Amino acid sequence: ALYQQKSSVSASKRMSSVVLVVLKIIKHYQEEGQGSEVVQGVLLGLVVDDRLEITNCFPFPQHTEDDADFDEVQYQMEMMRSLRHVNIDHLHVGWYQSTYYGSFVSRALLDSQFSYQHAIEESVVLIYDPLKTAQGSLCLKAYRLTPKLMEICKEKDFSPEGLKKANIGYEHMFEEVPIVIKNSHLMNVLMWELEEKSTMADKHELLSLSSSNHLEKSLQLLMDRVDEMSQEIVKYNSYCRNLSKQQQQKHQYLQRRQQENAQRQSRGEPPLPEEDISKMFKPPPPPPRMDTLLIAGQINNYCQNVKEFTSQNLGKLFMAQALQHPSS
Amino acid sequence: VLCSLHGLPLPSSGYSFHDIANVQIYMYTPRLYLQTMVQEQILSWYYGVWTLRGSSGNIQIFSIHSFYSTFLLLKMAVHGPFVKIHPVVLASIADSYERRNEGASRVIGTLLGTIDKHSVEVTNCFSVPHNESEDEVAVDMEFAKNMYELHKKVSPSEVIIGWYATGYDITEHSVLIHEYYSREAQNPIHLTVDTALQSNRMNIRAYASAQMGVPGKTVGVMFTPLTVKYVYYDTERIGVDLLQRTRASPTRTNGLTSDLAQVASAAGRIQEMLNTVLSYIEDVLSGKVMADNSVGRFLMDLVNKVPKISVEDFESMLNSNINDLLMVTYLANLTQAQIALNEKLVVL
Repeated sequence: ALYQQKSSVSASKRMSSVVLVVLKIIKHYQEEGQGSEVVQGVLLGLVVDDRLEITNCFPFPQHTEDDADFDEVQYQMEMMRSLRHVNIDHLHVGWYQSTYYGSFVSRALLDSQFSYQHAIEESVVLIYDPLKTAQGSLCLKAYRLTPKLMEICKEKDFSPEGLKKANIGYEHMFEEVPIVIKNSHLMNVLMWELEEKSTMADKHELLSLSSSNHLEKSLQLLMDRVDEMSQEIVKYNSYCRNLSKQQQQKHQYLQRRQQENAQRQSRGEPPLPEEDISKMFKPPPPPPRMDTLLIAGQINNYCQNVKEFTSQNLGKLFMAQALQHPSS
Repeated sequence: VLCSLHGLPLPSSGYSFHDIANVQIYMYTPRLYLQTMVQEQILSWYYGVWTLRGSSGNIQIFSIHSFYSTFLLLKMAVHGPFVKIHPVVLASIADSYERRNEGASRVIGTLLGTIDKHSVEVTNCFSVPHNESEDEVAVDMEFAKNMYELHKKVSPSEVIIGWYATGYDITEHSVLIHEYYSREAQNPIHLTVDTALQSNRMNIRAYASAQMGVPGKTVGVMFTPLTVKYVYYDTERIGVDLLQRTRASPTRTNGLTSDLAQVASAAGRIQEMLNTVLSYIEDVLSGKVMADNSVGRFLMDLVNKVPKISVEDFESMLNSNINDLLMVTYLANLTQAQIALNEKLVVL
């Protein structure tokens, strides 16, 4: 068992994805996912040594109300069968999703990723951030649930004691897998052709100085999350207080019981029957801590993104300053 | 003797016709019939030039530059002369070529996209299994239909606009396949991508078909070339940039760079561009290169783009921006510290 655990930890430390996948994901979002809806799809590929290679992908259609009889599984099966005919790897290795300002840490994601990872150990979820990409550089990240989190999800034990046992913090929920992009030689030739034929790219988005819009949105999302977080904390605190109050009451009751019994004994009467105190003082149900964990993870994510963004912008501002004062 | 088409007068000389008495071109709505005065001549498409096979068997070759332009003008009535291709499509084609079955020399597939008045935009494609031998070709049409249905569920606005094949030439089998596709879409486009790199380049060409031949006798199909343009969405361009950088690395791999490094590399690129411009200016100043007015105008735009702001104003703007950013960083760090603390407190 130990050996197996080790191999599952060291498996797929890296991930390599192919040009085609990147382009397809970008295109899918561009065409179908305007606004803040997420677009999703399935990743196909294979596992090679300690790397997970993603070689192709196909998108999922959006869920619409008038499509009630649309069967996702059917669609997936058909797609994979057809792709097998043309020699495309049909091993399901994960799924991808687009995100809005980095807000992807949610229950739904956790559930989906858990079900994927349960079936296939090395599966990842590829998060594509189109807004950040539009700002200048491709933002594609791959995440996987840590083994600890997998354990917890398997047992569905989300109470505080359970989480305490597993000693899991919000930082240990997802592990990021580094991505490497590989090109085949033919792809390289294609890239050369494209470079020749197309005009000089407009790379100025990366160096634009406007930041307030992006910052505002991010901060707003952050504030919402922090609000939710504080609500959860209040809930937990009240639960703790209730629990301790109840303990006190139980204690007092027991003491009174004992005193009474002692009194009765001294008076020579039979002692009162021992009542089942656990039924009388039913402990309040502990609030599930999973949501809190998720929110904490999300807040962490937002903060990371904001910090990255600000560091980039500071660099750009200093460059602008250098332009204005060439002598200084 | 040539008649005019669409009111366009055609030059009656300027072709190098050899030994052909008369060639007449008729217009017949969007289709074109080429009638020759010499009987039983077949005008066919061989390697990009017209050849006329005489009844005695000798082959004569025309230079067809003017022909081209007239055909292109005609084609505008059917499609515009532009075919816009997204890089996704080319990457898909290259990928399916790499995965072809043993023994298959080329791959074919369907092109999906949108048509508007002046051009055709190809945005997606999928490969279709097919078998090709010397004298027959079989295409799995069921598969093609199924795949199209599946794709339609995701992007309902895409329609079949043609098909692609890898390889350099257009063979007779292509004609058959093209006929099949003309049943699916009107005026299908045929795209060839030379993945075998026959001429040391990956020739990406698009064609549309037209009927031609001697009316009443043998009728053939002619593929007229269309101009190919590459279009990108903004995000696609950025993705392609990253992939371009991949090709420079020796192991053909590339990681995704992190924040400040990206800004640094963008700054580096601008520096390179500025160096090129500077060297050009120095050449002009020293008289090596002729000064070009349009370039001069661009240079003036460039220099004027750096805004002239008074020092105090700029300082105040800079400082306020920096303050904003620093404050946000501080808040972010504070929040992270808070949730970390909260975590620890809960576990107690």
